[in-house]
Amino acid sequence: MTGPQQLTGTPIRVEHLWKRFGEFEAVRDVTFTAEAGSVTALLGPSGSGKSTVLRMIAGLEEPTAGRIWMEREEHTFKTVQERRVGFVFQHFALFRHMTVAQNVAFGLSVRKEPKPQQRARVQDLLELVQLTGFRDRYPDQLSGGQRQRVALARALAPQPKVLLLDEPFGALDARVRQELRRWLDDLHRELGVTSLLVTHDQDEALELANRIVVMHEGRVEQVGSPDEVYDEPATPFVAGFVGSSSVLHGNVVDGHVQFGDHRVPGAGHLAEGEPARAFIRPHDVRVTTSPQDGTLPASVERVVNLGWLSRVVLRLPDDQVLTAEIANDELSGIQVGSSVSVDLRRAKAFPSAELGADGGLTTEMTSTPAGS
Amino acid sequence: MSQAAGLPSPRLSASTRRRLVHWGFIAIALLYVGILVLAPLVGIAWVAIQAGWSTIATTLRQPDVVHAFYLTAVITLITVAVTSVFGVIVALVITRDRFPGRPLMSAFVDLPLAVSPVIVGLMAAVLFGRGGWFEPWFSSHGIQILFAVPSMVLVTIFICIPFVIREVVPVLKELGVTEEEAARTLGASSLQTFFRVTLRNIRWGLLYGVALSTARAIGEIGAVLIVSGAITGKTETATLIILRFFDQYQDAQGYIVAITLALVSILLLVAIETFKRRQERMRQT
Repeated sequence: MTGPQQLTGTPIRVEHLWKRFGEFEAVRDVTFTAEAGSVTALLGPSGSGKSTVLRMIAGLEEPTAGRIWMEREEHTFKTVQERRVGFVFQHFALFRHMTVAQNVAFGLSVRKEPKPQQRARVQDLLELVQLTGFRDRYPDQLSGGQRQRVALARALAPQPKVLLLDEPFGALDARVRQELRRWLDDLHRELGVTSLLVTHDQDEALELANRIVVMHEGRVEQVGSPDEVYDEPATPFVAGFVGSSSVLHGNVVDGHVQFGDHRVPGAGHLAEGEPARAFIRPHDVRVTTSPQDGTLPASVERVVNLGWLSRVVLRLPDDQVLTAEIANDELSGIQVGSSVSVDLRRAKAFPSAELGADGGLTTEMTSTPAGS
Repeated sequence: MSQAAGLPSPRLSASTRRRLVHWGFIAIALLYVGILVLAPLVGIAWVAIQAGWSTIATTLRQPDVVHAFYLTAVITLITVAVTSVFGVIVALVITRDRFPGRPLMSAFVDLPLAVSPVIVGLMAAVLFGRGGWFEPWFSSHGIQILFAVPSMVLVTIFICIPFVIREVVPVLKELGVTEEEAARTLGASSLQTFFRVTLRNIRWGLLYGVALSTARAIGEIGAVLIVSGAITGKTETATLIILRFFDQYQDAQGYIVAITLALVSILLLVAIETFKRRQERMRQT
């Protein structure tokens, strides 16, 4: 690949950002930093305010309060043009009446760059996104994946300081999404431009991002590396949203979550006697055929073969249900109806009070629950 | 309506019936358009041609007729220019901005369609005629509005306001703002965004609006009749001269001017349609 891609990393910092639409608070007090040259994912369900944060950074939306910084320079009040960000929209937003080459050249042509430079840059970028043969096509003659690659080339053409991607794979089918994700990962390694990726897809965030900002109802739930967010969820929302988990309801009794006659450890940070929830990931559930120290009895309700592993649905004596994932070659003795023992020591306990409508409290909780 | 299998039936098979219904509808549509649109046009053309080519030539060379066509062209051009520019601005405001009174404005835009042109003419007469609100100012500055070209332009603009807006608003709504947002993130100014993205995307809607506006302006008579005074050689437009020819029992001349006027409108619509087709075909290759 030819190399006019001296895209230096610019850090982005967002401080106490708020956005109100009428009565609705879309973004509430969001603060985080995207390191220079890194990929940061804003992960959350739809309506969590993540796209609004991205649009405010781009200047497409005006913050109600808060500040935005890029490279030690305040950008809060700059116009969209001045910010020089590359923005990739979920539905591509290609100019439908322009060819691929004209689309890519747009950012150069509005800045009145000389024609020969424009042509060279367009050529470089089309090579980069592997679409050189498509330069004279119109957007409606391209597949979804090709369109998104054009959108990316177009965003990169004016050498943006940062790249903002709003659900870039959201409108694509699963296979193309996988492919494009891997390709974007390679591309980022090559270019090193600071990228902010908005997504509701945890796999996407875990695979592409160096850091993940988990958002929920306009607030930041947790900021951390993919490992931290996955292994050490700071809030019940993160535990439930990132990766799948079974939830068991009980009460805190001497630092354990107790349900029925059984208990799991790890609730030492919770108030005694309070209702609590234990989140456990399917692959963290250890299932044995004979009881061991600290295990709970359970009966096997259902076994679903998923290829190299099976999903096993288990019922505890107090009728709560949880899911385990077990490699198929470790499945001996585990079949529907059999009695087994489960080890839930890797469960994460959270107070039940935070369950439900009031997502507001969750950011206050900073303590990381102790794992086993 | 199933029928027992194997029995010879007097009824038609389902597919035959479907075909009959299909062709039936086509026949109805053709008859409707043919009788109501095509027949009168052919009729006028026929009468005009029967008058003979020499009559046609002399009629169209008559100074009053030439002036009438000239006046219609001037009024139409001004009207189309004004309604296009302001129509696009109003359409953008209606679709993109939220402000109190927006629904009301959207409704007011249609008002000229609901009001008879004669009433539009009367409104202008009330405003600019003797004792009208604006009459003192204009007459003290020596500007003649009523019974002169300005009032004729004014009423024609009023009548043509809705066309561009009505054509452009749905296109803008369907487009949304993402392409414009993309243009802005790529560094385009508001003007660059408008001319390079928005205008390009609404051009067919706008062109249709312009075509309708033009056709309407060319054909306008009611309001113009009231405000112009129909002074031959001065404020007589093509439609007004047709009216006068009929009043003076010069039917042939009337038909000749009428068919000429109709041909101009038809050519305009055909030109736009071909232009659009060619553009679309170019993109397909």
